[in-house]
Amino acid sequence: MGGGQKSLEIDNTVDPRSLDLTGVDCVVLQFPKFTDGRAYSQAFLLRRRLGFAGDIRATGDVLIDQLVQMARSGFSSAVLREGVDASAAQRQFDRFAAFYQGDAVTPAPLFAREAA
Amino acid sequence: MYTYTDFDIQFVKQRAAQYRDQYERWKNGQLSDDEFRPLRLQNGWYVQRYAPMLRVAVPYGELSSAQVRALAKIAREHDRPDAALLADAQATQDAISDFPAPRLKHGYGHFSTRQNVQFNWIPLDQSADVMDLLASVNLHGIQTSGNCIRNITTDERAGIAVDEVADPRPFAEILRQWSTLHPEFAFLPRKFKIAISGAREDRAAIAWHDVGLQLIRSEGEAVHGAPAGALGFRVLVGGGMGRTPVIATTIRAFLPWNQIMNYLEAVVRVYNRWGRRDNLYKARIKILVKAEGQRYIDEVEAEYHDIVTRDGAPHTIPQAELDRLQAAFRPPEHRAIRKDAAAKVAQILRADAENDIEFARWLKQNVAPHRNPELRAVTLSFKRLGQAPGDATAAQLDKAADLADAFSAGELRVTHDQNLLLPWVRCDQLAELWQAARAAGFARPNIRLLTDMIACPGGDFCALANARSIPLAAAIMERYQDLDELHDLGEIDLHISGCINSCGHHHSGHIGILGVDKDGREWYQVTLGGSDGSTLSGEPGPGKVVGPSFSAAEVTDVIEAILDTYRALRQGRETFVATLRRVGHEPFKAAAHAARQPEEALA
Repeated sequence: MGGGQKSLEIDNTVDPRSLDLTGVDCVVLQFPKFTDGRAYSQAFLLRRRLGFAGDIRATGDVLIDQLVQMARSGFSSAVLREGVDASAAQRQFDRFAAFYQGDAVTPAPLFAREAA
Repeated sequence: MYTYTDFDIQFVKQRAAQYRDQYERWKNGQLSDDEFRPLRLQNGWYVQRYAPMLRVAVPYGELSSAQVRALAKIAREHDRPDAALLADAQATQDAISDFPAPRLKHGYGHFSTRQNVQFNWIPLDQSADVMDLLASVNLHGIQTSGNCIRNITTDERAGIAVDEVADPRPFAEILRQWSTLHPEFAFLPRKFKIAISGAREDRAAIAWHDVGLQLIRSEGEAVHGAPAGALGFRVLVGGGMGRTPVIATTIRAFLPWNQIMNYLEAVVRVYNRWGRRDNLYKARIKILVKAEGQRYIDEVEAEYHDIVTRDGAPHTIPQAELDRLQAAFRPPEHRAIRKDAAAKVAQILRADAENDIEFARWLKQNVAPHRNPELRAVTLSFKRLGQAPGDATAAQLDKAADLADAFSAGELRVTHDQNLLLPWVRCDQLAELWQAARAAGFARPNIRLLTDMIACPGGDFCALANARSIPLAAAIMERYQDLDELHDLGEIDLHISGCINSCGHHHSGHIGILGVDKDGREWYQVTLGGSDGSTLSGEPGPGKVVGPSFSAAEVTDVIEAILDTYRALRQGRETFVATLRRVGHEPFKAAAHAARQPEEALA
């Protein structure tokens, strides 16, 4: 993060709707273990429900096989472990042409997109 | 049957390619075992007692004959342990008790109570190839394990039942799509199982699920903006078996059908945020619903309200989408049976049945009425001597596929009771099907009877089991081979689980058997009076324990003592559960206790 940016780091138990996001540029969410999925719901609520437009960052046990679903839930950046193969990460983003359900980025489900 | 669209087909293939990528990264050390585990689990790959187990998803239980043949191919070519592994596994099994362990088998598939198909011996280094093979017939293992929304189950008679309010399959398919690779809900506190019923009779045990959905027509005044008579769901949340059996709570008496995804998003989001993650045994949604009660329900309603008003209810199902899916589940064409022929066929069947008691019994137990009076639903029994409940060899799977092609428009269904059902059988072909099914060994007329028991793979295969299920099921099967006796005993749900995880649904059995481990030996707890929620079984609920657990050698005698008590006490044609309810548990407990062997005999 550049200097002068206001970053807010929150615990998994925090309801994002209770936060004062005025002037906040980045919200940092936690993955204590990659199998703990609470931050996905926090990211969704921030991005979609609250319309937060700043950076939503994943930290903690962040693995490349979860990056696509993080992006779909509203995350815009992630702190990866040293030495991770970025090409393997990119392959995951390129793999699926689309998904069935709507998400934080593409709110409409497939059937609605196809009908449009 | 639902025909996969180009998108669906591509999606499954991309998933298989993704799995191969993940498998190869694990193989060359880029992924640790811990990192790979949830990835393989969410594709159906467990590592069990001796070998990996693959669970193939069968969405709402429906299979085409081509898919069943692919499963047969997997059984034949991949469900093969190497000789050293098999010998080692057999030696370990033989050391469990003084009784010789049954021979471990391979080369077959197993139908699970959640309408899926499992394999027990596929080496992990063949897993990516098997996923490709499955994808070639639109099958996969997506979310058949892991702490995510699992394969959605429904009534085996969906779309054909005479007591149906609405066909649940279009909704099951919509929810299959919605839950598949849902980005927010892939790492829930614990696994999450949804069952849907569209009939008056609950054949899907919905009250025992994390979410149970029942299609209903609204009554009386307009509810939630829907006019009287509108289609919708009764929504139940928080049922489950395991250590703490809980019957689900109705959290919404009526939800308009087009809101189901929006509403479930709220149900699962609140669970994802609030569910316990500190204790594996308290992580299921049933514990949350029990602990929070109305507070959970209020939060779900508030979240649903926000999804509708603030997010714009993006997953509202348009009428056109429901129409498209309903059209996809149109009944297959069949050659019309001449008017008045149905009556004539019925007459012939009656005459045949009088001449052949076995055919009569098969018609009574294995053949169910159909919405179309020209058709019947026929259950192929996979409960017979010499094979574990729900097991089918490669050759048997091929044979079942042939029968589906010849008699059921190429469609089969895996039933919750671990059999296969042919949903589109012409009534004038019943006699012919009976002959063919009999030749294949699928015509045992025992559906819904004692030997149509549910059993998990247990301590022969499962890493979690405390005791074996299969030898116990075999012992009971052997003792109750007399069809006169079996039919005289009538309809009884016997459910066997090898551990408290309850995959064999012992809680809901009229007679439940649970394997427990005491001092490294196998013991079995017997429960009575459980119910899955069907009309026969009554209000859903867990059975009550008859007393301290029994040794493996005692269990069959205990079951016999309980059944003898029933025969002595029943009035007229009263069923086992009805007698149990009328006279209470005491006489059955006393009989079970009297069947214990003196301790020295066990030593």
